[in-house]
Amino acid sequence: MGTYLLRRLVGTIPVMILISLLVFLLIQAAPGDPTLMLLGEDSTQEDIDQATKRWGLDQPIYIQYVKFFMSAAQGDFGRSFKYDEPVLDVIVNRIPATLELAGASVVIALIFAIPLGVWAAAKPNSWVDNTGTTFGLFGISMPSFWFGIMLILLFAGILNILPSAGRDTYGISGEPITGFYILDSALQGNWAGVRDGAEHVFLPALALGSNMLGILMRVTRSSVLEVMNEEYVTTARAKGLVERKVLWRHVFSNALIPVITVVGLELGTLLSGSIIVETVFSWPGSGSLLVTALNARDHPLVTGLVLVYTAAFVAINFLIDVLYAIIDPRIRY
Amino acid sequence: MRTKVYIGGSIVAIFIIAGALGPLVAPYDPNHQSLETMLQGPQWFWGPHFLGTDNLGRDILSRIIFGARVSLLIAFAVVFISGFVGVILGATSGYFGGNIDFTIQKFVEVVWAFPPLLLALSIMAFLGQGLFNLILALVAQRWIQYCRVTRGQSLSLKAREFVISAKSLGASDAQIIARHIIPNLIQVSLVIGTFAMASSIISEASLSFLGLGVPPEIPTWGTMLADGRIYISTAWWLALFPGLSIFVTVLGINLLGDALRDVLDPRLKRAGTGI
Repeated sequence: MGTYLLRRLVGTIPVMILISLLVFLLIQAAPGDPTLMLLGEDSTQEDIDQATKRWGLDQPIYIQYVKFFMSAAQGDFGRSFKYDEPVLDVIVNRIPATLELAGASVVIALIFAIPLGVWAAAKPNSWVDNTGTTFGLFGISMPSFWFGIMLILLFAGILNILPSAGRDTYGISGEPITGFYILDSALQGNWAGVRDGAEHVFLPALALGSNMLGILMRVTRSSVLEVMNEEYVTTARAKGLVERKVLWRHVFSNALIPVITVVGLELGTLLSGSIIVETVFSWPGSGSLLVTALNARDHPLVTGLVLVYTAAFVAINFLIDVLYAIIDPRIRY
Repeated sequence: MRTKVYIGGSIVAIFIIAGALGPLVAPYDPNHQSLETMLQGPQWFWGPHFLGTDNLGRDILSRIIFGARVSLLIAFAVVFISGFVGVILGATSGYFGGNIDFTIQKFVEVVWAFPPLLLALSIMAFLGQGLFNLILALVAQRWIQYCRVTRGQSLSLKAREFVISAKSLGASDAQIIARHIIPNLIQVSLVIGTFAMASSIISEASLSFLGLGVPPEIPTWGTMLADGRIYISTAWWLALFPGLSIFVTVLGINLLGDALRDVLDPRLKRAGTGI
């Protein structure tokens, strides 16, 4: 197992190098002269020549790439134009918010999807199954940002029971420790803060998780249906076990592997979904930061975020493979 | 199963017909602005503006009809180009194997390593807005699903008797791929294509929503939603109807895709809906 994981880990290195090359080429392909953009339209030819030399833009493109790669590998993406801080610092400050939102989405998706999926599969083609499957399809077909806007309209606009933007009400949460507001408040015994954080995260998490909810519900259903036909389930029934126990102890635990797989696979979709859902809910995470950076044409920040997001995605995929290797010892490539 | 086809089919048909007829069925010019009719609520059958008007007094129903045209055309183009690229690369990769396969699969691995939507976002951000860039951005990752599935299929197809006999009759590799491999990949590509259509519509709307899609003067569902979001507390109809159009269209396509997959290729059952 050790060698397999090591080989898999080494395998991600060329992928990351090629990704950085692709991103670098995209930046190169961007229209407009970067020096002109930074110095402003009224800069003299002399200024431009000097800046070109200082930033190494007069060197051959492959040397520029090597420089770009070496500094990116050390976490140096340059300074953000908009925030005038190192790009990495700006990004790191925003990551806890995104993780908190993504975590809450996964929890919401699992809480609803698994019981619904098992219930639907336990009574195939009944009204329960049909309703559940229809809702699953709704979840998959719903653009999460529109669902988010509708949630704001209903819960914040009409019913006025939940906040529509931000992570906390000013003054309620205490001093940040980890950057995860709900966790921080819980650590400080600030229950009003926990409640406030949960109220703020609920709507965006529901919007972001709706897609995963739909997919997970369908996967749970089909996986449970498949396991139901196994011989050991027939055996469990034959020995007189109550149906509820058959379902949860024998069927469900075996049907879980595809569900875990899909949770892993969908984490990537969740990451990119967060870009747009965070914008809708003004959630101060890395996703809304990307949109801000895009609108401000803050190229170093955009590049940094794209690379960080992609590295996270590659890391998630690696971790899923590790998890597989642990769950299923037969998997070796 | 049959209900899926009927419901999905009629939804998709309505939007395709509305989009195709466009100017003939739309009651107003989608870009006609009027200060007098600003932000009027839906009037249904009791007024001139069935679904109301937006912040510039433009008729929402007309904009949705024109939006259908733009969204569906882009989605069709994206699905067609992705399918073309993906199937050819997949068939070549599986048929030849060796270095060609390795190179193509490495490329697949790299492009696939980007989180969905992020590559499209980066392309739009760096290359700038425009129809061509938008299609490029949406195709960028969407050909991969075709490529992966068809590679696997052509791996097994090349060992089949009809391919071997074509080879022994002296057919060239290109002829075999074009005449014997690709025709056998059409069915599975149709299923992938249906889901790719659904995901393209959502991605296009997402990019337009973020202001990175088509230029703002072209009405699309995504840009309408972005405008409507600002007025959500005062004029709910601005955001409700374009979003509902995206949702219903995608739902219809997914229903059709489900049915098509059950008929053509039950093995794809777990493939999900992709990006």
